[in-house]
Amino acid sequence: MLDRSITTPVQDALHPGGVQAAHILQLWNGTLALCLMVFILVVGACLLALWRAPKGGAQAAPDLAGLEPATGARDARLMRVVIWCSVLAAAGLLVLLLGTIQAARALAQLPALDALQIELTGHDWWWEAHYRDPLTGQQFATANELHLPVGRAAIVTMRTTDVIHSLWIPNLHGKLDLIPGRITEIRLRADRAGLFRGQCAEFCGLQHTMMALDVVAEPPASYAAWATRQQAGALAAVGNLAQRGRAVFQERQCAACHAIAGTKATATIGPDLTHLARRRMIAAGMLPNTRGFLAGWIVDAPSIKPGVGMPAIHMPPDDLQALLAYLETLK
Amino acid sequence: MNAVDTDLELDATWRDPPGWRGFFAAVNHKTISLRFMVTTFGFFIAGGLLALAMRVQLAQPGSTLIGAHAYNQLFTMHGTTMMFLFAVPVMQAIAIYLVPLMIGARSVAFPRMNAFAFWIFLFGGVMLYVAYFFDAASDAGWFAYVPLSSFQYSPGKGVDFWAQMITFTEVSGLMEAIVLITTILKMRAPGMTLNRMPLFVWGVLVTSVMVLFALPAVVLASTALITDRLVDTRFYSPAHGGDVLLWQHLFWFFGHPEVYLIFIPPLGFISTIVATFARRPIVGYRTMVLCLIATGFLAFGLWVHHMFATDLPALGKIFFTAASLLIAVPTAVQIFCWIATLWSGRLWFRTPLLFVLGFFAILVLGGLTGLMLASVPLDLQVHDTYFVVAHLHYVLLGGAVFPLFGAFYYWFPKFTGRMLGETLGRWQFGLFFISFNVAFFPMHVLGLYGMPRRVYTYPQDAGWSNMNLMASIGALGIAISVLLFIINVWRSWRGGALAGNDPWRGGTLEWSMASPPPAANFPVVPVVHSLFPLWQPGGKPSHVTGLSTRYREVLITSVANAELDHRLWLPASSPWPFLAAVATTILFIGSIFSPWAVVWAALPVAVACTAWFWPEKDMTQQRSDSEQAP
Repeated sequence: MLDRSITTPVQDALHPGGVQAAHILQLWNGTLALCLMVFILVVGACLLALWRAPKGGAQAAPDLAGLEPATGARDARLMRVVIWCSVLAAAGLLVLLLGTIQAARALAQLPALDALQIELTGHDWWWEAHYRDPLTGQQFATANELHLPVGRAAIVTMRTTDVIHSLWIPNLHGKLDLIPGRITEIRLRADRAGLFRGQCAEFCGLQHTMMALDVVAEPPASYAAWATRQQAGALAAVGNLAQRGRAVFQERQCAACHAIAGTKATATIGPDLTHLARRRMIAAGMLPNTRGFLAGWIVDAPSIKPGVGMPAIHMPPDDLQALLAYLETLK
Repeated sequence: MNAVDTDLELDATWRDPPGWRGFFAAVNHKTISLRFMVTTFGFFIAGGLLALAMRVQLAQPGSTLIGAHAYNQLFTMHGTTMMFLFAVPVMQAIAIYLVPLMIGARSVAFPRMNAFAFWIFLFGGVMLYVAYFFDAASDAGWFAYVPLSSFQYSPGKGVDFWAQMITFTEVSGLMEAIVLITTILKMRAPGMTLNRMPLFVWGVLVTSVMVLFALPAVVLASTALITDRLVDTRFYSPAHGGDVLLWQHLFWFFGHPEVYLIFIPPLGFISTIVATFARRPIVGYRTMVLCLIATGFLAFGLWVHHMFATDLPALGKIFFTAASLLIAVPTAVQIFCWIATLWSGRLWFRTPLLFVLGFFAILVLGGLTGLMLASVPLDLQVHDTYFVVAHLHYVLLGGAVFPLFGAFYYWFPKFTGRMLGETLGRWQFGLFFISFNVAFFPMHVLGLYGMPRRVYTYPQDAGWSNMNLMASIGALGIAISVLLFIINVWRSWRGGALAGNDPWRGGTLEWSMASPPPAANFPVVPVVHSLFPLWQPGGKPSHVTGLSTRYREVLITSVANAELDHRLWLPASSPWPFLAAVATTILFIGSIFSPWAVVWAALPVAVACTAWFWPEKDMTQQRSDSEQAP
């Protein structure tokens, strides 16, 4: 189960939740220190030059000593200083290059034995995930959220059905694009529990802004419980209202696009809704998963998120209440 | 004939004809350049207003003032305007004015082509904005990545107008590059060997050669995009053997050198301004020249650092890290040389120098964040976040616009004959410097805290609200400082202090003639004996004699040593460049709507070009009469 005390997700590169982001942060800290030093030195030298050089150039005749070799000794001295500073700058750059190579090697060497396999597909504008666990044999689908067991690597293979997207969960790793015609692969490992927010980082059209996903990193036991629940398919609808809601889902347009495992709804055009009620957010991280927002989304998604594939669905209030009651049972 | 009569005749020969017909027939490089500058400045203001609108939207979380579609159009138009319609062409525009004055020439080479290049640029830019006002602007970003910019994901004409605007500006940019290279290599005054060429002219030469290699890549890319959209050629369609990364390679093979097209001419502004206000030549002239050339070469080896988040092999990416770090060396060397010059100079603090000093602080910071972006692992985190937005504004505003304002304060007296106000100039600088940092420094932090670029809003609980508000306040400050500049120009125009020939007591040739310069630039063409002819006067012979005052006769000199080669009559003023530009515009815009426009609209283009080059009988006769056997 998700630790309910964590309700506000984090999305930043400065508080790593995994070894990959930690490697990058380490490189960042070193680079920042080096660059800060260079900045202070260069700007300091400039200010010192301004402070010590004589003023009152308005009346000064131009000083042409540097143009002639015979009188150019001072300029030759200055050039020697310039050359040494340049050598120093080149040495600094070499340090940065070596740091980069070291960090890049570390990033490439994440052990992935028995890794969790996740296929992630980018759509305008949501994320589709298919899990395959080689240890337990579990296979299931979810959308707009990932759960990761702490300490175990996941190999995420990514593709897109439309334009270029980019997966970026800054607390875990840098970004990697999802590219039409290609399959890309990124390895992630969460090393502490937490709720991390990821967001599409390559401009992908109208609702690029509203293409986020939750990443829940949780202890192995909680993860196992979650995965078992995901694997199990939807709970049977209990009670008249929920049963009526399930009928509404099948009869209205819903089932034309969405799947709920264990029912007749198997379409894959929109997000899989088998365990919708357990998700924190709906509409790819746009709205909290509450009854009010869910109702608004069902009735008129296009006015909330213009350009979205989900159409406005008009239904009698009773049907809507039943549908909502049913969706809330999908835990 | 006495000297006054000679000057009058010379002026009459080189002056464009009066009246509205003369307006369209103008080919004098100074007239064309001023129009070019005003046009690019207009686009700068337009692009700035778009940026302000974006900052209003982002000032608070969850804002609904501007919707997704309008916001995406805003940043597409902002980026496109600033990169294609302002930053690159404004540098060419200034070069078109200054290069002949600095090298002792009476004109640029190919003055009619120069006029054509201006008109075609103007029409392309205006087309883009007309389309915008009819809501037919692209919203696929200034980089227009496929497949988002393909017909399937961007139906409508927006991307077509965008891609065709590229065609307009690239035609203009390539022509200007040819004009400038030819002018610099073949029209320098006798005695101005490459060793005596001002650093600004070196910068323009390097930039123009880079244009010749960089722009064809984007011409190819955008033409393939247009044909993909218009006649379904599928260059970028993976399902049919095309490749979406092809676009990125071609676009950035142009796009990264483009940054240096914007950045290298300002290096020339800085070298000029530092020399004048430190009252001494720049330390290490040859080193500076070699650094400019090295930058020009290295700039073509960096483009993949825009693509580190794609699936290119890791080893290949590291190569581009090394190349990207390497280009910092020539820039660092130049900065060290400037500091050494200031160190050993006698300083005269005037507004142009203040802008250059502002450049030091901002560009060094922007350069250092550039090193961070060059590092693959760091880039993977900050790529496509506000960190990059901060970085690119530090290098482009700090690296180009600060020196550009400095250059305007410096050369405005030459352009107009009047000084800009010094007090207002200092206020503008102070406000610009502070507001700039208030606006853009927080964006570094925003990027590290996870805010991606190109988002039209952000959640309340993300913790980005305060820094975004700060950035928006800074943007307002920048707008006010630009307003101060406009007021300053307006006041000076109406009655600023007269400048005289040489208000800054500069050392290069443009300060030798009246301000504004006469139509023929130099009453007598000088012979150059020094890197700073005005600081080291008295070389013999002092000038060239025997050039015709009745015809637009110029001297052509040798490439390396500027030895006299031959005389050439430049063409007279003509409306045909303007009409040819109109015909070409019809072809370009027509082809957005139908591929057949390429066929039928080629006819008026051919007619206009034929008329343009049609020889006049009188002129041919006079030309052959003037020839003398050697």
